[in-house]
Amino acid sequence: MIFQIANALLLGGYYALIAVGLAFMMQVMRVINLAHGTLAILAAYAIWLLADRLDVVPFGGALLVLPPMALLGWYLQRFLLERSARGGELLPILSTFGLSIVLDNLMFQQFGADTRSLSPFIGDLAWASYELPGGIFLGKVPVWILLAAILVIGALQAMLARTALGRRIRATALDPVTAEIVGIDARKTAAAAAALATVTVGLSGLALGLRGTFDAYSGAPQLLFAFEAAIIGGTRSLWGTLAGAMILAFAQTIGAMIHPQGFLLGGHLAFLAVLFARLFALDEALRAPFRRPSQDERTNA
Amino acid sequence: MTASAPDMRVDRSTKATRIGLWAMLAVALLLAVAPWYAGAGVINRLTALCVYVLLAAMWNALAGYGGLVSIGQQMFFGLGAYATIRLSEAGVDPFVAVALAGLAVALLSWPVSLVMLRLRGGEFAIGMWVLASVSHLLVNLDPLIQGETGRSLVALNAYDTETRRLMVFWMALLAMLLVLGLLAALLRSRLGLAIQAIRDNEEAAGSLGVDAFRTKQVIFVLSAFGIGLAGAIWLASATSFQPKTYFSVQWTAYMIFMVLVGGIGRFEGAILGACLFFLIETWFAATGVWYLIGLGATAMVFSLYLPKGAWGAIGLRLLPFGYSVTQGNGDRT
Repeated sequence: MIFQIANALLLGGYYALIAVGLAFMMQVMRVINLAHGTLAILAAYAIWLLADRLDVVPFGGALLVLPPMALLGWYLQRFLLERSARGGELLPILSTFGLSIVLDNLMFQQFGADTRSLSPFIGDLAWASYELPGGIFLGKVPVWILLAAILVIGALQAMLARTALGRRIRATALDPVTAEIVGIDARKTAAAAAALATVTVGLSGLALGLRGTFDAYSGAPQLLFAFEAAIIGGTRSLWGTLAGAMILAFAQTIGAMIHPQGFLLGGHLAFLAVLFARLFALDEALRAPFRRPSQDERTNA
Repeated sequence: MTASAPDMRVDRSTKATRIGLWAMLAVALLLAVAPWYAGAGVINRLTALCVYVLLAAMWNALAGYGGLVSIGQQMFFGLGAYATIRLSEAGVDPFVAVALAGLAVALLSWPVSLVMLRLRGGEFAIGMWVLASVSHLLVNLDPLIQGETGRSLVALNAYDTETRRLMVFWMALLAMLLVLGLLAALLRSRLGLAIQAIRDNEEAAGSLGVDAFRTKQVIFVLSAFGIGLAGAIWLASATSFQPKTYFSVQWTAYMIFMVLVGGIGRFEGAILGACLFFLIETWFAATGVWYLIGLGATAMVFSLYLPKGAWGAIGLRLLPFGYSVTQGNGDRT
């Protein structure tokens, strides 16, 4: 029992890491990138290639892969999201979905149907663990992933709250036109936010590869996990996303305990339950993170 | 130009729409008698074409008219097929089961709409995807389906192959015409005006007294009905049901491709998109992965550079939706 709780906690750490980039873009830039999971797989393959062909340890490989990921995020915003957003709020969904189909199948073309993992490249570390009092063993890598998720969320929150870039991002998110008036380059700011989000996606690709296996079509389930964690967590702060990731992981663990095929179903049902509760809750406080401003509020503002 | 000009007329139909309507009828008639001049292989392909038109028209209704982009429409496709299996195992004639399956899916989509339509934009899109995944997992739990093992529509064996092929083809054609007719009637009704007002600006429409939620619900249920029917017909044509194939997100990807390329929000666009997809599939499906890469890339290029699609670029109005104003000298405005 304690073993399962510990494992759910660590799994939640991975979900938090994959969800934080999506939640950041949803909360701050108000867009959902449907290629989010696919980009994590792309990073995982890049790190795998470096390890397999050039013997670069995955942690070093990630350091090499993260800058190109940031650049990718920047250009994704400038050339795909920005351009398609001009045609309305629905087109970015379609263009990023198209991108995910292209990338998924290109990766399948390149790497085939075999599942890959990064764990063979980290030696003994793959099964090394910390022993807690009471005979509980926690895998070192999953613990690091959980810590990395907490660190990334803390850093992003601090950046938003304290730095000049954070202020620019918040201003652009609130109202890009007014932000431009006070001298902010809204397009560059949006691209910088997308670059930051994509760096976290790269990190989660490393985490996925270290924790388990992936193949060319693993992007879609990662997108769904990230989305569920982000929605369960609400749109108030990225710490909510961490909580959402934990709830998702615990619901999946409970699902798996009830029925051998209940793992995914448990997570989905928790997501739907939270959605239902929030949409129909009478309690305004509960609804607030999910409610859009009504027309009156917008005119008054 | 003033509104008091005595020689101005507001028309639904123009010369082009009258020709277009007659051409559509002629094509429908030609298709209906296809079994008398086409071989078995052609009939099978035409069945697929009817299903594609059905899927494209329904995704277009949802996105193009309702402003609702869903990545989870495979949910209704899979459930339509599953309902057919279940009904036929309960002793219903398989062809009756196909029709009933469409209704069953429409019935189920009503409570679903109550929750999902409260989500906006991308949240609705992926929320539907999650629901599709839930439906897939739940169907897998059915002991009759046995997970990914699946089940065949065994009751079809009561009919010989040729009868089966013709029945499925005519059902597909009938379903396509019925659903296109329903959509056309809906768009020309008072509700259709509301639908297009909501698509253009939901808040402005709301301030004019349009009940956006109810209107979207009607489109959502119609879309579920059409796609459920399409899934049921696909099953009757393929006979074997494997949850993985029917609940695959690929179906929604095809719908998006057809509508984006054909012309989102244009009745004729969805039909054109389905025909184009049908041709591309016929020629390139054998190239496997590259075919899928091409579809995704084309969809991306259209959403970036030609968001109105091929029909939007042509800009012709072949079917009598909306109005046109004619002045005495014949200028259309």
